[in-house]
Amino acid sequence: MNDIELDSKIPKGSLEQRWTQHKFNLKIVSPANRKKYTVIVVGTGLAGASAAASLGEMGFNVKTFCFQDSPRRAHSIAAQGGINAAKNYQNDGDSVWRLFYDTIKGGDYRARESNVFRLAELSTSIIDQAVAQGVPFAREYSGYLANRSFGGAQVSRTFYARGQTGQQLLLGAYQAMSKQVAEGTVKHTSRCEMQDVILVDGKAKGIVSRDLVTGELETHMADCVVLCTGGYGNVFYLSTNAKGCNASAAWRAHKQGALFANPCFTQIHPTCIPQHGELQSKLTLMSESLRNDGRIWAPKNIEDCDKAPEEIAEQDRDYFLERMYPAFGNLVPRDVASRAVKLICDEGRGVGHAIDGKKLGVYLDFAKAVEIHGLDAISEKYGNLFDMYQHITNEDPYTSPMRIYPAVHYTMGGLWVDYNLMTSIDGLFAGGEANFSDHGANRLGASALMQGLADGYFVLPTTVSDYLARQSPMDLDKDYPEAEQTLKACEEKIERLMNAPDPQKTPDEFHRQLGQIIWHACGMAREKETLEQAIKDIQVLREQFWQQVKITGSDKTLNQTLERAGRIADFFELAELMCLDALTREESCGCHAREEHITDDGEAQRHDDDYSFVSAWQYSGNVTEPKLHKEELHFEFVRPTTRNYK
Amino acid sequence: MIFTLHIWRQENAQAQGGFEKHQIDVSEDTSFLEMLDALNEELIEQDKEAIAFDFDCREGICGSCNLVISGTPHGKHKGTTTCQQYMRDYADEKELWIEPWRATAFPIIKDLIVDRTSFDNIIQAGGYIEIRTGSASEANTIPIEKHVSDAAFDSATCIGCGACVAACPNASATLFVAAKVTHLSTLPQGEMDKQRAEKLLTAMEEEGFGSCSNYRECERVCPKEISVNTITTMNKLLYESSK
Repeated sequence: MNDIELDSKIPKGSLEQRWTQHKFNLKIVSPANRKKYTVIVVGTGLAGASAAASLGEMGFNVKTFCFQDSPRRAHSIAAQGGINAAKNYQNDGDSVWRLFYDTIKGGDYRARESNVFRLAELSTSIIDQAVAQGVPFAREYSGYLANRSFGGAQVSRTFYARGQTGQQLLLGAYQAMSKQVAEGTVKHTSRCEMQDVILVDGKAKGIVSRDLVTGELETHMADCVVLCTGGYGNVFYLSTNAKGCNASAAWRAHKQGALFANPCFTQIHPTCIPQHGELQSKLTLMSESLRNDGRIWAPKNIEDCDKAPEEIAEQDRDYFLERMYPAFGNLVPRDVASRAVKLICDEGRGVGHAIDGKKLGVYLDFAKAVEIHGLDAISEKYGNLFDMYQHITNEDPYTSPMRIYPAVHYTMGGLWVDYNLMTSIDGLFAGGEANFSDHGANRLGASALMQGLADGYFVLPTTVSDYLARQSPMDLDKDYPEAEQTLKACEEKIERLMNAPDPQKTPDEFHRQLGQIIWHACGMAREKETLEQAIKDIQVLREQFWQQVKITGSDKTLNQTLERAGRIADFFELAELMCLDALTREESCGCHAREEHITDDGEAQRHDDDYSFVSAWQYSGNVTEPKLHKEELHFEFVRPTTRNYK
Repeated sequence: MIFTLHIWRQENAQAQGGFEKHQIDVSEDTSFLEMLDALNEELIEQDKEAIAFDFDCREGICGSCNLVISGTPHGKHKGTTTCQQYMRDYADEKELWIEPWRATAFPIIKDLIVDRTSFDNIIQAGGYIEIRTGSASEANTIPIEKHVSDAAFDSATCIGCGACVAACPNASATLFVAAKVTHLSTLPQGEMDKQRAEKLLTAMEEEGFGSCSNYRECERVCPKEISVNTITTMNKLLYESSK
């Protein structure tokens, strides 16, 4: 294990000038020399596709990889609600400073001021770019762009395309990338999964990939590597992530030396469709935008929980968010709303199906909104979400309130990166949800799309160019022994998975068990002893996994069981680090609610004197004994206070 | 609920495929793909190879899942994808036939998985608006009438699943092409490229898709309910650009 000196490379000076000044200080590659450099981009969601398109346009050789059958299918596509930008089109007092402030506060003061300010600053250019690409954002009758409100903000700054904003933005980035594929600057490979990073003299110079159709392992060399491989919410088994979302690329980079930051910061989204059965494979999100018009309530009396909602009189309903947080009401940030819903259900006031004897659900009611705005207006805004709800639950949200319960949705933690989005491995960058950079301990709604695209369109092209300008182009045709060694290690890992000594259980069976452990210990509420027990349980189950995992078929052909097993093997190691991180952080902040550190009225209790830092974990050669590095957070422009949404 | 399933199995593109019979007992709240998950768990326990099928988001938006269920692409519940079919939709059936998309331009990779790279190739032929990163003008510079923007959105919702091709007797991708052309070319930002329709249709032909004979089967099975009116719009644009 090398000793690492954490340098976040945060520029100095006035906050407004930092990114501008930093860009000026960075080196650039002259247009004629760009084609001599090759950049690998792994993952082609919003961050990856936009980075690949932009780097390709600049004239670099870009090689992209995704595990799906097309870049258009990355999970960014499922983002429903919208994308924030400080345009102030509503003339309601918005500004880059306000978006910056809301994001820092929303993240409960656990993000870097410089990064967040840059994000807010770039937000407006993203909207310009997307509109020019033909993204059909919602418009007013005047023909100008429309906005809506989202949690954690008192201004209306969210741009949206009905409930399919992620889809439209991803298609914009995918199409921009497709143009570069046609022009030959981007070479894309689908159905191909990264297995490991290749380091040459300590620098990221390539990847090993597995062709998911033929099973063939291959090495690809480049001058640097960019990971835009998404988040790790699927460690919980049930989440709102797509089934294929995984942490493997990030985790394998971690094991090669990239620090992993704030792994316990995982966002639980308040408005998801409650679980209905054992066989369920995923949870479905209902956009946060629904909280604009929907009112969340539960019965005041436990006796009413079995009644149909229509039979519960108005005075017997507890609109608990409006009661607890009169200023923000139903629009409090996600972590606050999720904890409130959990509190109500823990009191026994939940509704709907019982899972393990507990009713886990509360109502999200549109009756009032329909009364005020009319059915047509509500249908125009949320029609596709209502249809989706009806498909899944067989209940009609137009006539009876939806039932919702929190579910794992997004991971704020991820690979540690400096201001240039470079990890602690020289030449290895991380963008989008794969890095930890901008959301602190809680992400505000409509900020994921903003961050993915800010990283991809604007930050990475600039910082990757600077990195390349400092390197001489690599001889890609040469044989590198490091590449062969890494490939061999990947081969051995697959062989070990295929040949467990006592094959008994399917990969999914292990994954479901792991999910239960981690949801219980490292979900909406965390506590010392439960976390300590979870770490032991994970270790035991992980050992069993390697002994007993059963994979049929061959590794020399398309084998989805093997793909899943490889991802679960990595989740097993990451899960332990998440619990350790949660255990080490003796405070509550944002999504991280330690039961020992809750105020008398149930709010998260931060301990800024001791914990105002980013936890950056280094792999030591032993998964169970990682080394903690602390990046202290300095607040020069915003004074950390107790978040108050009351 | 007990179902007899006839599922297409095929080792690879070259191999001869055939239906394999299975029985399964599931609850009505189970989704179609969760039923296949359960079957696969059983198969693995019996030392058999799991059935390969494409899926990802399982919320009807990524366009990965693509099964022909008893002859209908995506299944009997209209206006949605395979992953959003629930077994309660099939309460009055006992036997189900599950097949992959069938089209020359979508060769089978394994079992129920097909290769849809041809759709990516069509988009690369001109399914985009050229705008270099960072060179866009302020977003509100050009107002767009709400109905124009809404209509563009309706076409832009295409998820590229390929059901339109699977349903078409000619295995034509005209609805896919028309949706993209209508989305981009009816917006002021995209109207400059007058050759877009022609470029995409040429690419479609080169990829081995058939042409449109107005059967309108595509519209019937489209999970996003994209209308064949987009084809009319595209034909108008073609006519105008050839004048």
